[in-house]
Amino acid sequence: MGRTLAEKVWHNHVVRSAEGEPDLLYIDLHLVHEVTSPQAFDGLRGADRPVRRPDLTVATEDHNIPTIDVDKPIADPVSRAQVEALRTNCAEFGVPLYSLGNVEQGIVHVVGPQMGLTQPGMTIVCGDSHTSTHGAFGALAFGIGTSEVEHVLATQTLPLKPFKTMAINVEGDLPEGVSAKDIILAVIAKIGTGGGQGYVLEYRGSAIRGLSMEGRMTVCNMSIEAGARAGMIAPDHTTFDYVQGREKAPNGQEWDDAVAYWKTLFTDDDAEFDAVVDIDASTLTPFVTWGTNPGQGLPLSASVPSPDDATDDVDRVAIERALEYMDLTPGTPLRDVAVDTVFIGSCTNGRIEDLRVAADILQGRKVKEGMRLMVVPGSARVRLQAESEGLDQVFLEAGGEWRGAGCSMCLGMNPDKLTPGERSASTSNRNFEGRQGPGGRTHLVSPAVAASTAVTGHLSSPADLA
Amino acid sequence: MEPFIRHTGTAAPLRRSNVDTDQIIPAEYLKRITRDGFEDGLFSAWRKDPDFVLNRPEYQGVSILVAGPDFGTGSSREHAVWALQNYGFCVVLSSRFADIFRGNSGKGGLLTAQVAQSVIEELWTLIEADPSLQVTVDLDARTVRAGDLTADFEVDDYVRWRLLEGLDDIGITLQHSDAISEFEKRRPSFAPHTQ
Repeated sequence: MGRTLAEKVWHNHVVRSAEGEPDLLYIDLHLVHEVTSPQAFDGLRGADRPVRRPDLTVATEDHNIPTIDVDKPIADPVSRAQVEALRTNCAEFGVPLYSLGNVEQGIVHVVGPQMGLTQPGMTIVCGDSHTSTHGAFGALAFGIGTSEVEHVLATQTLPLKPFKTMAINVEGDLPEGVSAKDIILAVIAKIGTGGGQGYVLEYRGSAIRGLSMEGRMTVCNMSIEAGARAGMIAPDHTTFDYVQGREKAPNGQEWDDAVAYWKTLFTDDDAEFDAVVDIDASTLTPFVTWGTNPGQGLPLSASVPSPDDATDDVDRVAIERALEYMDLTPGTPLRDVAVDTVFIGSCTNGRIEDLRVAADILQGRKVKEGMRLMVVPGSARVRLQAESEGLDQVFLEAGGEWRGAGCSMCLGMNPDKLTPGERSASTSNRNFEGRQGPGGRTHLVSPAVAASTAVTGHLSSPADLA
Repeated sequence: MEPFIRHTGTAAPLRRSNVDTDQIIPAEYLKRITRDGFEDGLFSAWRKDPDFVLNRPEYQGVSILVAGPDFGTGSSREHAVWALQNYGFCVVLSSRFADIFRGNSGKGGLLTAQVAQSVIEELWTLIEADPSLQVTVDLDARTVRAGDLTADFEVDDYVRWRLLEGLDDIGITLQHSDAISEFEKRRPSFAPHTQ
């Protein structure tokens, strides 16, 4: 029997396999950031262990940093100490680091691909669950905890049990105005936040093949919100074209060798998935979340659901709690939900194409009075690219804020936060209670819906703009 | 790591599904660079409510958490495991755990015992009727016992072995350093380097 894409990549990285034990898997690239690494470096120090492959490890500062006044010392002393710990640790253990102010700094999942470090067929880990992003290249990429970060630093391997595989077939043509974000929000709403647990998802079908690399990254990024540690897409010419010429991409004969290998990375016709989900792309519309987990999403044209719609008691309680937290009334059209803040950014939607989509909509328009629009590029290079295209001026003239690169308001850890009761339309990935700041209320949306919402003041798509 | 064979203690019912790691410990608390002191961040938003289960006098001193389905979803932060342990929890019971959280728990010595949702419901009823009820989670026998209830739980065989023995993963892997070096000789030359 043939193998799936995930099984091929897995198979090519098995260092050691023994009955009754997890496989020992080699890790090609380890991405590190300030929040989930300090205790891991401490562990190495305590055991007098070196970093085995600093040349396969790279660090950046993203979660716990401000996105304004980045040339000044970090104001919060606890945040500053954590960032300084990363700098000390990287210097001591020989790990390359892109600090605040460096042109390569940015969100770890934006930096890897743009440098060309993320390539097809690799195993990639990071102490961050959105490492699934890199699966867009046909890499097996997944988030790990701090103990595993220490394990990879010390051994460049991880002991792992094979995942099951799930095909997510998205066939057909995406309607105008429907984006990668809408695809993945619809997938999560369909299979639920636990639907992917224990699986690697492989996104397949014509609608997926038709996406740009950045769109594919958006889809794979949120695999974790469906419970799957990893999501993958088979590499093709779109992938190769994206990688070619980047700083860390192979050249000359090595490029030819790499592409020859990458072309073998697809699911064989006679391979079998453990589960299959089919989605008709032509039925998809702009999607938004109404609740407090990413599975609580609906088409923008729908209304706030009722606890009476629940399938069981657990679901009923979950809907009741979500409606109470989100301060929403069943039956309210989602388009009528008024929003205070729009956040465009994050490892899900902080890339140049996302900013272009938002700027296209905001060109010549104004942010509705009383609303806040915050635009945060995913990396310093994305920021420079956007500025070279004049996108920053579009955002500023519309009345928005244009900031430095980082995770920003995605996770309520740095100064960029919602205040209690404040409601956001956010291109990020999690609408958990308090995720963007204590008491904050988050609706997950695409960049197009975010920009349109900034203009109208309530959840909207470009079709709603005059 | 201390070996984990069985644990007996009182339990708290957490009647919520999809308890994500942002609820277990919000990002604001992740700025620390130690592995301890995270107990004040555990469920910090919910603990502001005086009626929250962990605030109630009858559930002081609990060491077993009985939670709804899909516990530990979201962020990979191992701080969630540390916060639960720092607070005093040794075991979490749920009908479904998120993969990364479960992996992190196994590394840190927090037992995540998976049982059917019907068992969770029975435990909730039993504990709420008598919060002083002693609950025993026996990793060796893979059973949870409370009053007249005895139920099997699921745990990964390898994780169970490691917990029973109290073994350090890195130490185990380093025994295979030669195999890792051999593998490294076979890696393709086009694979990227960070420096």
